Amino acid sequence: MDFETFVFYSFGAILVASGLRVVTARNPVHAALALVLAFFTAAGLWILLEAEFLAITLVLVYVGAVMVLFLFVVMMLDLNLTKLREGFWSYLPVAVAVAAIMGFEMVTVLYGRSFGSQAVAEPAGYSNTKALGSLLYTQYLYPFEVAAVILLVAIVAAIALTMRHRKDTKYQNPASQVAVRRQDRVRMVKMKATPRAAALESKE
Amino acid sequence: MMAFWQGILGIAWTPVWALVKIIAIIAPLMIGVAYLTYAERKVIGYMQVRIGPNRVGFKGLLQPIADGLKLLMKEIVVPSGASKGLFVLAPMLMIAPALAAWAVVPFSPRMVLANIDAGLLYILAMTSMGVYGVIIAGWASNSKYAFLGAMRSAAQIVSYEIAMGFALVGVLMAAHSLNLVDIVQAQRGGVFHWYWLPLLPLFVVYFISGVAETNRAPFDVAEGESEIVAGFHVEYSGMAFAVFFLAEYANMILVAMLASLLFLGGWEPLFPIAPLTWVPGFVWLLGKVAFMLLLFLWARATFPRYRYDQIMRLGWKVFIPVTLVWIVAVGLVLQTPYRYLVH
Repeated sequence: MDFETFVFYSFGAILVASGLRVVTARNPVHAALALVLAFFTAAGLWILLEAEFLAITLVLVYVGAVMVLFLFVVMMLDLNLTKLREGFWSYLPVAVAVAAIMGFEMVTVLYGRSFGSQAVAEPAGYSNTKALGSLLYTQYLYPFEVAAVILLVAIVAAIALTMRHRKDTKYQNPASQVAVRRQDRVRMVKMKATPRAAALESKE
Repeated sequence: MMAFWQGILGIAWTPVWALVKIIAIIAPLMIGVAYLTYAERKVIGYMQVRIGPNRVGFKGLLQPIADGLKLLMKEIVVPSGASKGLFVLAPMLMIAPALAAWAVVPFSPRMVLANIDAGLLYILAMTSMGVYGVIIAGWASNSKYAFLGAMRSAAQIVSYEIAMGFALVGVLMAAHSLNLVDIVQAQRGGVFHWYWLPLLPLFVVYFISGVAETNRAPFDVAEGESEIVAGFHVEYSGMAFAVFFLAEYANMILVAMLASLLFLGGWEPLFPIAPLTWVPGFVWLLGKVAFMLLLFLWARATFPRYRYDQIMRLGWKVFIPVTLVWIVAVGLVLQTPYRYLVH
C-alpha cells in the first residue's frame, strides 16, 4: 500500500466515523462539530484528488462561515432532546427511501467505469484552480451569472422576510452624530459681571 | 552535508526535513510571541509614562520566561458541568490554525515551507478556522460570561472576515496571483510600487479588520473585562489559558506579516538603490512586521473600546461597501491604459 492509498483510507475512515457521529450524537452541538470534522476531512480527500481550489473553498465557506452560524444557532436554542426523538418511526420510511436513492446514485458514480465513463489522469503542470476559472468564465458564464443573481435575490428575500421596523425603538444616527457642530450643543451666554460687594450682600 | 543526511535517513528524509523546517518556523515564532508580550507591556508602559516590567533579568528581559514558567506550574481547573472533552479541545483548535497558516508564509523568495499557488486562499481558510476555538471554549465552559464572549466574538469574526476577504481580492487582482511570493515580486521597485498606495483603502480596511479578527483592542468586546470578566476564556487557567494567549499573539504576528507581504512589499527595500539593497531582505521584512505590530500596541494604548453595535456598523456598513467600491475601481483601471497605476 503506497502512501497515497494510506492517506485516502485513513481520511475515509475519519470521514465515515464523523458522518456517523453527525446522526448518532445525542447533543446537537456535538453533532454539528462532527459535521465540521466531516467537511474538513472531505476537503483533505479533495486535495488528494488535486482539486485544491474546491477543497480550500469548502473549508473557507462551509467550515469557516456556514458551520459557525449553524453552531451559533444550535448553541442558542434551548433544545429538548426527548422531544427531538419523537416520531422516529413515523419518519423512517421516508428516510429509508431517500437513503436508498442516495445509495443508488453513489453506486452509479463509483462504478461509473462500467457505464462507459473514464477518469483521465491530468498532466504535470495542471492547475485545477486555473481550469475551473477558465471554464466558469467562458463556457459556463451565463449559468454562472444566473446562479449569482438567484443567490443575490435569496439574500435580499431573506433580509426582507426577517426585517421588521418597530416604531418605538431608540437608535442612534451616526451620521448626525459625526456632523454635529459646537453651536448645536453649547450655547455661549454673555452675562454682566456682578460687583463683588453686591454679591456678598445678596448671599446674606 | 544535506546529501550525507539524505543517505543516512533514506526514505525518512522527506518527513524529517519537513519537520526541521517546521521547527525552524515555529520556534522563532514562539520566541517572537513571548517577546511581543514583553514589547507590549513596555510600549504601553512608555505611552502611559510608566516603566513596565523591570524586575526579572536585565530591564525585565526575562519576564516572558518567568510568566511562561508560572503558567506551566498552575493547575488547570475544569469547571463542574463543563463539557470536558471540548473544554480541553478548544485551546488546541485555537492554536492549530494559527500555526498552520504559517506553512505558506514566505520569508524571502526561496525561504518558504510550501510555495503553493492558492496561498492566499489557504491562509484565509486557516484563519477562518480559529473561530471554533473561541466558540467551543465559550460553550464548553458552562458559564454565562464565557458564552456571551464567544457569541460576540463569533459574530465579530464572521463579519470582519468578509471585509478582509474583499481586501485580499483587490490584492490578487492587482498582482494577478494568489501565490504570496508572486504577490511580493509584483511590488518590486520601491515604496511607490508597493500596494499600500494604489490600494490604500483596502490596506486600511485589511489592517483594521485584522485587529478585529484577532480580538484586539479597540475591538476586544469578546473579552471586555468591564462587562463579561474575561469573555470566552474566563474559566481557563494555567497552560490552557496560555495556549489561548499564544494563539492570539501568533495571529497578531500573522496579520502583521501578511500586511507587510501584501501591501508593504515584503522583503523589498524602501528604494532599490545601493545602500538600501545591501540590507538583507529578511531584515526589511522583519522591520515592516515590527512596525505593523507597533500599530497594534499603539491602538491598544490609545483608543477606548468600541461598543458592540458600533463594531457591527463599522464592519457591515462601512468596510464592506468601501472594499466593494475599490474592487470595482481597480477592475476598471485594469481595463484602461492606466493599468500601470495598479500594475
